[in-house]
Amino acid sequence: MKNSSALSDWVLFLAFAAAVLTMPLWLAPFGANYPDLMQKFAIFGVFAIGFNILFGLTGYLSFGHAAFLGVGSYTAVWSFKLLSMNVLPAIMFSIVVAGVFAFLIGYISLRRSGIYFSILTLAFAQMSYNLAYSVLTPITNGETGLQLSLSDARVLDAMAGITVTRSLPSTNLFGMKMSGMPGFYFCAVVLIVAFFIALRITRSPFGAMLKGIKSNQTRMAYTGLNTRPYLLWAFVISGMFAGLAGAMMAVTDPLAGAERMQWTASGEVVLMTILGGAGTLIGPVLGAALIKYFENIFSSFNERILNRAFEALPDSIQSIVVDTVGLFVGEGWHLTLGLLFMITVIFLPGGIMEGVRRITALFDRDKSGSSSAASNTAAAEHS
Amino acid sequence: MSKKPQTSNWSRRDVLKASAASAAITGAPLFFSRNAYGAEFLNNPGDGGTVTLGFNVPQSGAYADEGADELRAYKLAVKHLNGEGDGGMMNTLQPSALTGNGILGKKVEYVTGDTQTKSDAARASAKRMIEKDGVVMVTGGSSSGVAIAVQGLCQDAGIIFMAGLTHSNDTTGKDKKANGFRHFFNAYMSGAALGPVLEKEYGKERRAYHLTADYTWGWTQEESITASTEAIGWTTAEKVKTPVGAGDFSQYITPVLNSGADTLILNHYGKDMINSLTQAIQFGLKDKQVEGKDFQIIVPLYSRLMAQGAGENVKGIFGSTNWHWSLSDAGSQAFVKSFGQEYGFPPSQAAHTCYVQTLLYADACERAGTFEPCQVGAALEGHKFDGMGNGPTEYRAEDHQCFKDVLVVKGKDNPSSQFDLLEVVEVTPRAQVEYAVDHPMFAGGDLGSCNNGA
Repeated sequence: MKNSSALSDWVLFLAFAAAVLTMPLWLAPFGANYPDLMQKFAIFGVFAIGFNILFGLTGYLSFGHAAFLGVGSYTAVWSFKLLSMNVLPAIMFSIVVAGVFAFLIGYISLRRSGIYFSILTLAFAQMSYNLAYSVLTPITNGETGLQLSLSDARVLDAMAGITVTRSLPSTNLFGMKMSGMPGFYFCAVVLIVAFFIALRITRSPFGAMLKGIKSNQTRMAYTGLNTRPYLLWAFVISGMFAGLAGAMMAVTDPLAGAERMQWTASGEVVLMTILGGAGTLIGPVLGAALIKYFENIFSSFNERILNRAFEALPDSIQSIVVDTVGLFVGEGWHLTLGLLFMITVIFLPGGIMEGVRRITALFDRDKSGSSSAASNTAAAEHS
Repeated sequence: MSKKPQTSNWSRRDVLKASAASAAITGAPLFFSRNAYGAEFLNNPGDGGTVTLGFNVPQSGAYADEGADELRAYKLAVKHLNGEGDGGMMNTLQPSALTGNGILGKKVEYVTGDTQTKSDAARASAKRMIEKDGVVMVTGGSSSGVAIAVQGLCQDAGIIFMAGLTHSNDTTGKDKKANGFRHFFNAYMSGAALGPVLEKEYGKERRAYHLTADYTWGWTQEESITASTEAIGWTTAEKVKTPVGAGDFSQYITPVLNSGADTLILNHYGKDMINSLTQAIQFGLKDKQVEGKDFQIIVPLYSRLMAQGAGENVKGIFGSTNWHWSLSDAGSQAFVKSFGQEYGFPPSQAAHTCYVQTLLYADACERAGTFEPCQVGAALEGHKFDGMGNGPTEYRAEDHQCFKDVLVVKGKDNPSSQFDLLEVVEVTPRAQVEYAVDHPMFAGGDLGSCNNGA
């Protein structure tokens, strides 16, 4: 059993890596195969995977994860400004700073559980947002957002003899520009590494401990185990993932704004995880991609595009159809997303992954009725 | 769970095959990905019959009303460029290279996006336009924070950015970019135009209290207005920053009552201005007297849309504006006529500047004979034109800012319709609002060199 599980984990991992790296091919029919959106898929995938380590494994619902994302972004941009345009120091510092920040917030918030924990994290995140927005303006540049400028120090770059001309330098990995397709492949590799780490954590004794906390924390405590350090570590790791995601946002686009820390951003990652399937490994990534797809593609559909899509219909019907559909695209993409979320939560409480599981179970039953139960549990375990 | 061999459907051989296959698929995109660096410039429309422009406006948030009007203007401009409708200001632009047959013979197409009045969302939307839709130019923005963020993006990507409504000094000051161009006026110009009028109306001895939107535009407008009011002898009681999209401003307005100030300056725009002005009036500021002087409210950046939102409350309140539909020159009239025919109401200043920017871009392409950003930029630099509703105008080459007359307006006491809310008090000539490129309020930036993305 142990062997086969390890093997199927490798299969899962390889399939995931292949799917991520081939995004430019299979996303083409959806009109989503342009670098910026694929970068977003990967970045928010990392964010959601990290969030899932806390929420999916321990059941602790943090409503303030965007704060770590924002901290990661600000740290990365400051690293670009002060140290070097190379992305490695930026990512390193972001993870560390976000981790420290998560430790502080986690240490206090984890004294409570359930709704009280959620409210505490929400309060901390909102405080961070307001700090970034107004009080810490010298560090964050407030509403305008922290941006690079020609007069930045860039100490390491200066030491290496790299000087800027009249245009702003771009972020790079030892000379490779981190925008466009190279930027996407970099994000993709980071996502795959993050996925692998999450996979190892989930399968480790530590992960089992976290799942134990989720199923019954009191029982864990009765067995003489102090659960708080485990929770705190899960919280910090999850915060570091968020910091990494924030750093990646700054890497692909060197700008950090306070709105990244707003409570709506924290809510978004909760939606991503639940939509995809909390507690599963792939689910959060799917949810993140779906939400970003809606935000970027659905919101760009305008009347003209709709008219073209429904050209075949007679004029009178066409205008009715366009008007109705128009409500759900363009500015109305939130509406579509809301409906989709409701439908998912009502009919598939386990998110998209539950849908996938049900469909595979259906096919398995067609093939051989007897083994369906076994493969069902196997699928649940592996996905 | 104990039936060991059966549960694993994967043999070692299968795994090897799968990994080989995935490695092959993984390598494929590297092979297929197109090489964008081969083109002469980014998103070259080449021999295609169409050219795409990107309209990036706020469709949600505090500036959504302005965004909606901007989009209307863009659609109208595309119509006119493609030779549909009555041509609007295409007939009055002097000199003009426009043909009414698209741009450089290519039919104009457009894509739209929602900036959500957030830098992140605006940049994501602009990136989509550049990377996916292949636009040659991005225009729009109804917030200076967003405009500056998108302008920086366009500079990096190698696309021309024609700024929409953005009033911060920084857009063509500290944060100016070689690929960015602004037709709209700025905070400094508002201050320079308002100063003399305020002196004439309200005298030399006043104490001003500022409520300021907390971002680049608010900061520079506060600085500009403070400079020009202090130049006429006013003092400044307090400057308070308020968050954008606050909704409720009562906590900021109550302290004004006890501050000893006799003038409230609202550095707010869009729905924020509607809310703060309405609440200031509800708190009875307008009826108040301070040391024998009537309390006054000033809104340095005014627009007809905001006046409409604030209704009765704008009566007698001074401000400045880039353009107003009641102007009687041929260009303004032509624009108001065709906009009115299309949508049934007059355009706002946001609509005007966006429409003008689209036409100016098209004209520059025609004159340059190409869509290549650097040559288009060169055609815009130092370009002098007339007939676009603001009198003789010049795109200054040094900072890509348009210089033209500025309007000082006042809320009408007896409006004749729901659109006739502002009256033009004075047309401040260009010479009075002009400043040196290295003026301290605009210092610290560098246009850098033009980028064509190749």
